[in-house]
Amino acid sequence: MDTNIIEVFGLTKKYGSFTAVDQLTLSVKKGEIYGLLGPNGAGKSTTILMMLGLTEPTSGTVTVCGINPVTNPIEVKKKVGYLPEDVGFYDDYSGFENLVYTARLNGLPQVEAGKRAEDLLSRVGLHDEAKKLAGKYSRGMRQRLGLADVLIKNPEVIILDEPTLGIDPRGMQELLDLIAKLSREEGLTILLSSHHLQQVQQVCNRVGLFVGGRMIAEGEISSLSKGLFKNEPFTIEAGVRIPPEISAGTISEKLKSVEGVLTVGFDDGRMIIGCSRDLSTELASAIISSGAGLTCLNKKTYGLNDIYNRYFENA
Amino acid sequence: MFMNLKVNDKPVHPFRVIVDKEISDHIRSWRFIILLILIALACLGSVYTAVTNISATIKQADENAFFFLKLFTVSDGTLPPFFVFISFLGPLLGIAMGFDGVNSEHNKGTLSRVLSQPVHRDYLLNAKFVAALTVISVMFFSLGFLVMGFGLIITGIPPTAGEFLRVVIFILVSIIYVAFWLNLSILFSVRFRQPATSALAGIAVWLFFTVFYSIIVSIIAKAAAPSELVSEHQAVRYEEMILNLFRVLPSQLFSDATTTLLTPSVRSLGPLTMEQLVGAIPGPIPLGQSIMLVWPQLTGLIAATVLCFILSYISFMRKEIRAR
Repeated sequence: MDTNIIEVFGLTKKYGSFTAVDQLTLSVKKGEIYGLLGPNGAGKSTTILMMLGLTEPTSGTVTVCGINPVTNPIEVKKKVGYLPEDVGFYDDYSGFENLVYTARLNGLPQVEAGKRAEDLLSRVGLHDEAKKLAGKYSRGMRQRLGLADVLIKNPEVIILDEPTLGIDPRGMQELLDLIAKLSREEGLTILLSSHHLQQVQQVCNRVGLFVGGRMIAEGEISSLSKGLFKNEPFTIEAGVRIPPEISAGTISEKLKSVEGVLTVGFDDGRMIIGCSRDLSTELASAIISSGAGLTCLNKKTYGLNDIYNRYFENA
Repeated sequence: MFMNLKVNDKPVHPFRVIVDKEISDHIRSWRFIILLILIALACLGSVYTAVTNISATIKQADENAFFFLKLFTVSDGTLPPFFVFISFLGPLLGIAMGFDGVNSEHNKGTLSRVLSQPVHRDYLLNAKFVAALTVISVMFFSLGFLVMGFGLIITGIPPTAGEFLRVVIFILVSIIYVAFWLNLSILFSVRFRQPATSALAGIAVWLFFTVFYSIIVSIIAKAAAPSELVSEHQAVRYEEMILNLFRVLPSQLFSDATTTLLTPSVRSLGPLTMEQLVGAIPGPIPLGQSIMLVWPQLTGLIAATVLCFILSYISFMRKEIRAR
């Protein structure tokens, strides 16, 4: 299972003087779900386009299933299903006809294409809408049709660019479940890009954090948070009501004097205290003895959200 | 559409699949239906004037040779003849069929989806061209043959083989002429993101060629006009220069070519001196000679078409295909 399906080495893409992707190196193993995570404009889509040979890299190499998409895009496209961001269909054709067209572009004969299209439409839950014009589909339905469109060529790898963009929470959940199910049942390798942390956290085995064209961290989510917050493994959030006679500064000073406290931040009535071990009781008494009111005390655990924010601060 | 009644279940080459889809899209589109009605009306009108005036024309002519070709060229001045209609409506047809070829697919988001299938990138561009050209060819041939059929029924005189060949070649030249405008508008559709911009660019070029270019040439002609005292040789050279300036126009090339093909008595497209005419027997020239006469025009038209195609090919092949 440890063979790499996608390998990217030193990949760079420049538009004039602007560098969209900068010396990117990553690898995706067979059968895993890899999340490319980053804000808008981080170079996620550009990286994906280069994987498919839809744009040329300025330097560096990409191989997908051992094939170079720059010199041999057709072979790559036979094995890779790509769902573009905000996928479009021919509006005056039905969902079914759109799928049959894609299937025939992949060299399937007419009757078989029809069968496969029907099968996939019911798998993504669009069986009743199969004969409806694609132009009348809702956003969520279009995205599910897109997934069927990607699967119709029997791919080894699927690349999804922002698959959940603009879908309501329930539709998003369904789509993510579908993606996870596909990976489990068919052993598909999936690369998905998103700026939506929760989703990535939910389905991905590994994530790569992507900012300004650079990969700033890569790995499983748990190992990412360990690596990032190793100096301050505990963060305690305290809600503080400060009486007018004392300033926030004095409270900070007081808290910093507690042994084991590393950082103290103040944010809109909340103190965020990073410490080397669990200091909840000591901090509570310190706050109260300083004369301020304590409204709540909360031990924080790190999700991807915090990792994300922290990385963006550093980047 | 896709669900053909005849089930022939073999894998079809992807290029054929795209061409089939493009053709069916064209035929079902309102745009094509409107153009078809427009051109069919023009065709009917010109046939009507030709048929009503043809008896007078035949009486004038010392022999009724090439009577059949007159169906395409005769007019009483109220309506232009068929070939003039084509030279006028051809650009419109070409521009209309191609101006949103690539950019509308891009805007709909279907371009990146189609190109992420295992097809060569140029298939899409070539298929757009082939499909539109197929539709145009079928249309022109059926209209041309309809005109001939009407002529046959109304007058009862069958065309000679030579006449028939001349008409077929005339239709082929018309198709090449429309292909030029089609390629130009496909080029604009690759270059410009908005279909409206590319349509406007196509129409602008058309207007420039039909209206402004001739104004510019006439200004140049006035400025460069030799005095009345110059030698005959210089006067001829001046005339030729003006003609050559006009021959930059695709419409000029087209009308040169079609006039020569449809009027066999035309034996030169430039000025002829008296010496050149000495000993010449007035009369029609054979088809081979007519084709030889317009060979440069044909080559020019084909070259312009190919040039536009190559330009759009190059810019499309290196284009980055982003979703929307």
